[in-house]
Amino acid sequence: MVKMMMMAMMVGVAMGNIVDKTCKQTPDYTLCLSLLRSDPRSSSADTVGLALILVDKIKALGAETLGQINEAYKTKPMLKKPLDECSLRYKTIVDVDVHTAIIAVKGNPKFAEGAVVDAGVEASICDGGFTKGQSPLTSLTQRMEKICDVTRAIIRMLL
Amino acid sequence: MASSDALLPISAREEEPLCPYTRLPMADPNQETHGRRRRPFKGLLAVSFGLLFIAFYVALIATHDGSRSNDAGIHETKTTTSRARLAGVSEKSNAGLWKLSGDRNTPAFEWNNSMLSWQRTAFHFQPEQNWMNDPNGPLFYKGWYHFFYQYNPNAAVWGDIVWGHAVSRDLIHWVHLPIAMVADQWYDSNGVWTGSATILPDGSIVMLYTGSTDKAVQVQNLAYPEDPSDPLLLKWVKFPGNPVLVPPPGILPKDFRDPTTAWKTSEGKWRITIGSKLNRTGISLVYDTTDFKTYEKLDTLLHRVPNTGMWECVDFYPVSKTAVNGLDTSVKGPDVKHIVKASMDDTRFDHYAVGTYFDSNGTWIPDDPTIDVGMSTSLRYDYGKFYASKTFYDQNKGRRVLWSWIGESDSEAADVQKGWSSVQGIPRTVVLDTKTGNNLVQWPVEEINSLRLSSKQFDIKVSPGSVVPVDVGSAAQLDIEAEFEINKESLDKILGNASVVAVAEEFSCEKSGGSTVRGALGPFGFSVLATESLSEQTPVYFYVAKGKDSELKTIFCTDTSRSSVANDVVKPIYGSVVPVLKGEKLTMRILVDHSIVEAFGQGGRTCITSRVYPTSAIYGAAKLFLFNNALDATVTASFRVWQMNSAFIHPYSEEAFRALTRT
Repeated sequence: MVKMMMMAMMVGVAMGNIVDKTCKQTPDYTLCLSLLRSDPRSSSADTVGLALILVDKIKALGAETLGQINEAYKTKPMLKKPLDECSLRYKTIVDVDVHTAIIAVKGNPKFAEGAVVDAGVEASICDGGFTKGQSPLTSLTQRMEKICDVTRAIIRMLL
Repeated sequence: MASSDALLPISAREEEPLCPYTRLPMADPNQETHGRRRRPFKGLLAVSFGLLFIAFYVALIATHDGSRSNDAGIHETKTTTSRARLAGVSEKSNAGLWKLSGDRNTPAFEWNNSMLSWQRTAFHFQPEQNWMNDPNGPLFYKGWYHFFYQYNPNAAVWGDIVWGHAVSRDLIHWVHLPIAMVADQWYDSNGVWTGSATILPDGSIVMLYTGSTDKAVQVQNLAYPEDPSDPLLLKWVKFPGNPVLVPPPGILPKDFRDPTTAWKTSEGKWRITIGSKLNRTGISLVYDTTDFKTYEKLDTLLHRVPNTGMWECVDFYPVSKTAVNGLDTSVKGPDVKHIVKASMDDTRFDHYAVGTYFDSNGTWIPDDPTIDVGMSTSLRYDYGKFYASKTFYDQNKGRRVLWSWIGESDSEAADVQKGWSSVQGIPRTVVLDTKTGNNLVQWPVEEINSLRLSSKQFDIKVSPGSVVPVDVGSAAQLDIEAEFEINKESLDKILGNASVVAVAEEFSCEKSGGSTVRGALGPFGFSVLATESLSEQTPVYFYVAKGKDSELKTIFCTDTSRSSVANDVVKPIYGSVVPVLKGEKLTMRILVDHSIVEAFGQGGRTCITSRVYPTSAIYGAAKLFLFNNALDATVTASFRVWQMNSAFIHPYSEEAFRALTRT
């Protein structure tokens, strides 16, 4: 019984170590850890699994941002033009980039890398459309860029 | 105008660099200067870059002797900031990197349909819509050139991959045919991926291709035409015994793809090679077969190179040491060298090396191991956007022809909006450079000349620091062939003067600041897809400088950094050294076709393919310029510019078929 518990603990530690080892090879160790550890699947995931968890985070953040964009139309109607551009860009992230990343990560990871890099670019372009200080989305887009950087680093481990 | 630009306040240049910001995968996050959001640390960084910049500019001014009064050159100082930013970035990490460009104050660029529809090419192969990637199974059969390709029938991004198909009489005028193979078996349900054709001595065709199985394992499958008497090869049959090859022991299920055309061994068997990797060592596995259904794996590898990562789309073929014709894939002998080429998954570069093949054990060794396949120093077919290339032996005209996937350099949002993504390069003949003996030479197939309409010949002496408009009318579909000569006096001044420092080895297209950075003997060339005011332009040029051996070195570049004001496109500066032998004039050929520019230096010794997305240098506003940005040298340019017709690539129809069969 004790032996089993110890083995389970060791396996748990080893699994945790994979997350740790993987995150150490990304540009933002702390962010990587917090993203992965917040998902219970990470304790038994391989690199592909970890990448998919992060792509899920990209999708969720993208959806959240689209919600914020919709809110902003009501509260800041004078920003309609840049908000329209953001809407287009974020729809690309959620509908196109995420989908491509998911199917490619399992078979041909370089296309997943391209999709994730693109997601970061779309976020950046969206925020860049506002004059300085006017964007209601800056912290969300910055977060997206950071998550994309970390995700990209993990996908590159699959190449 | 130019001299005063040089003294613009540093802060202006800091805020508005036109060169892209680099996003490095493993970089210290504090280093990332990502456009609008700057943390306090970056202020320090900006200041130190600014100091570096001042230092560089002082050096530049100090080496110039002040005779710049006739300076009407394309003089932009903004791009030089990028030199400092890009310093220290290795070639490898730049591959495929998104570099977000543009300054913080311009609004996000909104593409309209007029700009987007202009981007479609007129004479490069592309499907009517949606995504394309690798060329597959090119071959010539019963009077028709066949081209297959990785295709997504459902979207303008990668996915749901099947084999698209098209035919042509001349490699230029194509007719789209129905999809040749779909993902309808368990062994290719996750993708009908890349493969190659082998034509057997009796003229029949076997096709080997990679399938991604329902469990995403990469396997090799056999297919053949359902009706060999159909010259259009419309229908294909998959061998019921597929897969014929599965990943062998020691090879991971996702590292086993892109089988080559087979060649005959001296034992009379067929041999193929398939790229893979062992940890970070790129390798190519070798299999022998007599029937394409059962295989024996050789214990030896065709070749291996450490630290190159996964080898995709391996290609292996003979080239003649003496003749300019192509060779059938099975040819061997003392007058023959063999080329090993691979597409590097890590960097998205295609590399090749020249070497010797040993048929007895299926191995190959490079002539020069310091530039072995996949090393950052090794040769590339093309120094721009060019990947997953594949050759075939065209038995119709006795030549080896090279196809390549040219992807987009824009955002996926734009691809989805315009409804398509990717083109193929113009097919090129490939031969060994018999003059140098150690590199290949490529040239657009001669059939492309059939697209040439009217032309104009020019002979122009271009003084240092000038830009000359070239009046050719419409400038989005052009074929330019040019010869350049630098005035002897300037050359002697540089070569004869021992105190002139050798700078050629430090120069790189990517890192040396682009076409606006002036040297004694260059840059000079053409600016294509340029607006009247040069607010958008794509220079293709030579940069000549003194090398460490006191001989001249010539570098050939395409600078896309100002090709568009849009900030959601990638705008690198591409290029490489180009060998120039004694007595040779400097020559270049440029094919301009809307959003693609293919440049060939010294008859195809160095080639550069670029994708560009101008927002205003489109339709009637696109112009052509000749420029000489050298500080001292006068350049004489002798060139001809042809208007290029469309290739009218369209879907199969009775008329289209009849029209093609008449040619």
